[in-house]
Formats: sequence, C-alpha cells, structure tokens
Amino acid sequence: MLFQPVNKNYHEFCIDRDPELCINCKVCIRQCSYEAHFWDDARQKVMHDNTKCIGCHRCEALCPTNALTIRNNPSDFRSHALWRPVFLQNIYKQADTGGVLLAGMGSPVDIPIYWDRMLLDASQVTNPSIDPLREPMELKTFLGAKPRRVEVQTGKDGKPELKTKLAPQIALDVPIMFAAMSFGAINFNLHRAMARAATETGTVYNTGEGGLHKSLYKYGSHTIVQVASGRFGVHRDYLKAGVGIEIKVGQGAKPGIGGHLPGEKINDKVSETRMVPIGSDAISPAPHHDIYSIEDLLQLIYALKEASEYKVPVSVKIAAVHNVAAIASGIARAGADIVTIDGMRGGTGAAPAMIRDNVGIPIELALAQVDQRLRDEGIRNNVSIVAAGGIRCSGDVIKAIALGADAVYIGTATLVAVGCTLCGRCYTGKCPWGIATNDPKLSKRQNPDIAAKKLANLIRAWGHEIEEMLGGMGLNSIESLRGNRDKLRGVGLSDTELDILGIKHAGR
Amino acid sequence: MKRVYPNKDYCIGCHLCELACVTAHSKSKDLIIAFREERGKDGLSPRKRVFESGDISVAISCRHCDEAACVAACIAGGLRKDPETGRTVYDRDRCVGCWSCLMACPYGAIRRHPLESKIVKCDLCEGREGGPACVAACPNQALKYEER
Repeated sequence: MLFQPVNKNYHEFCIDRDPELCINCKVCIRQCSYEAHFWDDARQKVMHDNTKCIGCHRCEALCPTNALTIRNNPSDFRSHALWRPVFLQNIYKQADTGGVLLAGMGSPVDIPIYWDRMLLDASQVTNPSIDPLREPMELKTFLGAKPRRVEVQTGKDGKPELKTKLAPQIALDVPIMFAAMSFGAINFNLHRAMARAATETGTVYNTGEGGLHKSLYKYGSHTIVQVASGRFGVHRDYLKAGVGIEIKVGQGAKPGIGGHLPGEKINDKVSETRMVPIGSDAISPAPHHDIYSIEDLLQLIYALKEASEYKVPVSVKIAAVHNVAAIASGIARAGADIVTIDGMRGGTGAAPAMIRDNVGIPIELALAQVDQRLRDEGIRNNVSIVAAGGIRCSGDVIKAIALGADAVYIGTATLVAVGCTLCGRCYTGKCPWGIATNDPKLSKRQNPDIAAKKLANLIRAWGHEIEEMLGGMGLNSIESLRGNRDKLRGVGLSDTELDILGIKHAGR
Repeated sequence: MKRVYPNKDYCIGCHLCELACVTAHSKSKDLIIAFREERGKDGLSPRKRVFESGDISVAISCRHCDEAACVAACIAGGLRKDPETGRTVYDRDRCVGCWSCLMACPYGAIRRHPLESKIVKCDLCEGREGGPACVAACPNQALKYEER
C-alpha cells in the first residue's frame, strides 16, 4: 500500500470512513470487487486503499451503519481551462501503458443536451387539458411500415373489414423499449429480468448481439432479436423467435467501432447462446462484411424477411452521425420497417474513450433531421423511427416523440434502475452491482425477481408521467403528439439549432 | 409452518443477516452498541451463519425440523417442539451444555454460546414485528420467510 507508482496517487475517489460509525463488520470488504477495503491484521480493523476505489458506491449502499461516503478526490491539479485534469490523467496513464484508453458507459463529455433546451406546451383556456385519471389516455404504439392509405370493404357478415394488407407491426403498450444489451455483456439474471419486465408491461426488450438463450424463447412475443456483424447466436429459430429483427449497423456510444466481448465473460451459457467456444473472445467487426452499399443492406433485410417468412418487421440500427438523414432515407428505401437512431450519449460495455467522447452527434439533432427528411421525401410512413442514446426521463421520451420518434430505447436508464452508478468500468468484468459481469459471485447480486420488478416499475412510472404530460397538452393519445413540433419550444438556442430541430424559440 | 428459507443462488455473502440477527437479539437493539459492546461483554452472537465456499454462499439457521434430531438428542429437555407453532423451542434454563444437540443437528445450525455452557439457536425472532430480522435485512431477497 505504501510504495507505489507516483501516478497511482492521482486517484479519482476518496473513501471516507466515519470511525464513530464503522463497526468493522467487513460488509464493505465483501462487497468491493476492486479490493479497496481490506482487513488490516496489524491494526485489527477495516482499512481502505483510496487508489483502488472506482466510485461505484456499492460499499456505501450496503454499509449497515452509513459509515462510508465516497467522494471525488478533492486534490486537484493547477486549474487550467485547456488542460483539464482528465487530459493530464489520460496522458499519465498512456505514458505508462502505451495503450488505447478504454471506457465503459456513455460519454461524460459536456456536449449540449438539447432535451434540456426544449420545453413542452400546456393547454389553457380554449383547448382544455385532460385529466388522465378520469379520461382514457392512449400510449399504444405500433412499430412497422404503415400503408399510404387503407381500403375497407364489407365482409360477408355485413361488417366492415380491412382490405389493405398491413405490414407486420410490433405493438407496444408504452413507447419505451429496453435497448439492446447482449447476454454476455450483461448476465443472464438481468436478461431474464428484462424479458419478464417487458412482458409484464407490454413492451419489448432487445437481445443485443448475443443470441437468445433457449429458456427465454417463451418471452419471444416481447423480444426483438438482433443481427450484428459478428452474427453471434443467429440461426433460423432465433430469427423466428421474436416479434422483430434488428440489424445493428452502428452504436451511438461507439460509431464505426465493432464489439468485443472478452473471453473471460464467455461461460458455458454464453457460449451455448452465442455459438462460440467457452473462453474465446467474441469479436464483432466494425463493418458487416457483406454490406458495402444500400443495395447490400437491402439484400440482408430481405434475406432476414425471407427467413422469418415476412411475419416480423425488420429494423436497422445506426449511430447518429453526419448526414444521418440521408443514411436513414437509404435504409427506408432498402425496405427496413423501422430505423433506430442511436445518439452519441448512448452507453456501451467497452469503447475506446476517444471514440466515445469525440465521435457521433446528439440524438436530438439526428432525430429531428431524419424525421424531417423522411417527411420531405414522402416516405415517413414506410418506416417507424426509434430514438436511443441518453434518454434519462419521461420528459426526454415525450420530447423525442414530439420531435418525430415513434418510440425510444432506454439502455443506461435500464441499468440505473437495477443499481448501476455509472462507474464506467463495465469492460473489467468486475461490475460491483452484478450487472456487466458473468462472474458467478457478482452476477448473483442481481436477483431477477427484484430486477424485473424494478424495471417494470420504471416503465409504469414513466408511462404515468407521459400520460400526465400528454393530458397537460390537451392530447389523449401519443399518436397525436408524434412529430408535432408545435408542442416544443427552444430556450437559449441559436437560429441554426432551432432550424435543425425544426422548432420555434420560446416566446414565439 | 413458516420457515426462513435461504437461496444460495441469490445469497451474496454480505453477512447483513448476521448483523440483523445480532441486533434483534441484543439488549440495546442498536447495531453499533450490539456489535461493539454486547458481543464481547455478553457473548452476543448471531443465531445464523453465512457459510461460504468459492462462489457459493448461503445463510443457515435452525430449520425447525418436523422431526428434529436436536430434540431427540437433548438429554435435559432444553429443546422441544411447540405443538401449536411447530417451532423448535429452546429453554435456556434447562440446557446443561452437553452439546448433544450440536452433534445431532445435520445443518450445523446450533452454536455454542461463546461465554457460557449454553447454546445459541434461531427462535425466528419470536414476537418481533415484521417477522425475522434477517429476512427483512437481506438486500437481495435471498432469505424468504414463508410456508412451503
């Protein structure tokens, strides 16, 4: 503990232990997967090593006497507007290791959050608001291509029936879905919890690129199965198991970067599901090696539709990047039923920190532009738009819908609901909250009964809040809000930003 | 009857159940006083223990068996089955500290009192509002107090 490399002393966190309260019960020692707490035989008491603390707050949460407080290390470098501490620390680390800096979770970089610069409308006198507790409120959402017009005919029994054949749809009771998080990246307990919570709340979860474990096929009616560049776990039954298929081209947290599940995370169950050997690294290349044009994408979309007998919609997920609107237009024209756009604040298990913090664009701008472009081209009805990447609350959800999204994916919020404190060490496999780990001892920390309940509660709570906000705007269905940008106003935004978002400034 | 059932699949080995047990059976009902003072002074110890082996951990306490081996082994009548509640009840005054019950218990759920020739054994927190303290304290619901 005493003699160590100088750089280790630039640690991020301090553990404060109140000696009045600490009873040396060792709960902190048992909970810390980074061994920051330890029993000191010489002193006959629990001690800690600040340099090992990653700021996950697990010990603080489980300390029975509230003796622990984890805080940022108050020691700071000489203040400098350009050379902020994070840059110095990164250079120190890289000078030691010569390696690429890895990071987990979404980017902590301070880029504008347009959700916070947009405000919702509320009804007043002539168009009164609606009380969602007394009036019916409709959050039901259907994802998939919609017909340009519908024809109705009279059936044999004299009742009207739909003549137009509808494309397959995914029905959601709430426009909020659990984002793609693969089995492997997160453990089986949580995958099962997401499946159960999605089923209970009438929404869907996404398998991510990890395949679907056989025991979860029973939740298929609430599952979107993903096909990414590594094709892990993809086979005929898998493609038919869910209510939708998603082709992952890009991910908001790391646009242009593939996936890498370290061998340590591949246990027997993950191996069986992913169809890779136990202990071998599962690497998804950055590109799909069969997609180099929109025509190639079209071929894959129709190959998947063929394999699933045209019974489920096919989605294409891309990261929000420059010219995203043109890309989305191409995807729509390639026959996708849903286009998912993942903004740069999306989370991930592991990404090079520089990519995470410097590549991509915020989802708000991408979403507004995609919706507008598809409308201008007259093909908005051909695809549903799903927005993802940094959706923090029901306010963000409703603003996304007003900007043109049909539904949203929540990933980081899902993990936070089951304890994640955004410590950003998902790539180590030592997640102290038992989330981003397959270590049997750590993954036990997620009891699927508790996790499923928390996730279902989150969806329900946001659903209620969305109903309240819709009612406040005098709307009784989420459909009435979709792309209704007149319900949004910007605050403190430039003309260019307002133009991109397609909204007026507050006061207008 | 309702018993405390441990689930090794979700026991995270935090030992908070033991702390809750100690507190519930202390005079002060205060974790800090119970742990720091009553443990040493009065020999206060938890009536349940978390056993660990590798990745597995599980909290074991008296199972209150229908045909309790400890009751059959007790030479002094210190342990008996309560016909009404089904619980295995311990009478401290009758206990002679022969440790027959310790040897008979197939779960290792009975312990010696650290200071006296008496035993320490789960009483399901008799009389405690809200049921056994260990169940209430378990952060991962690995302990369930229920009828099975």
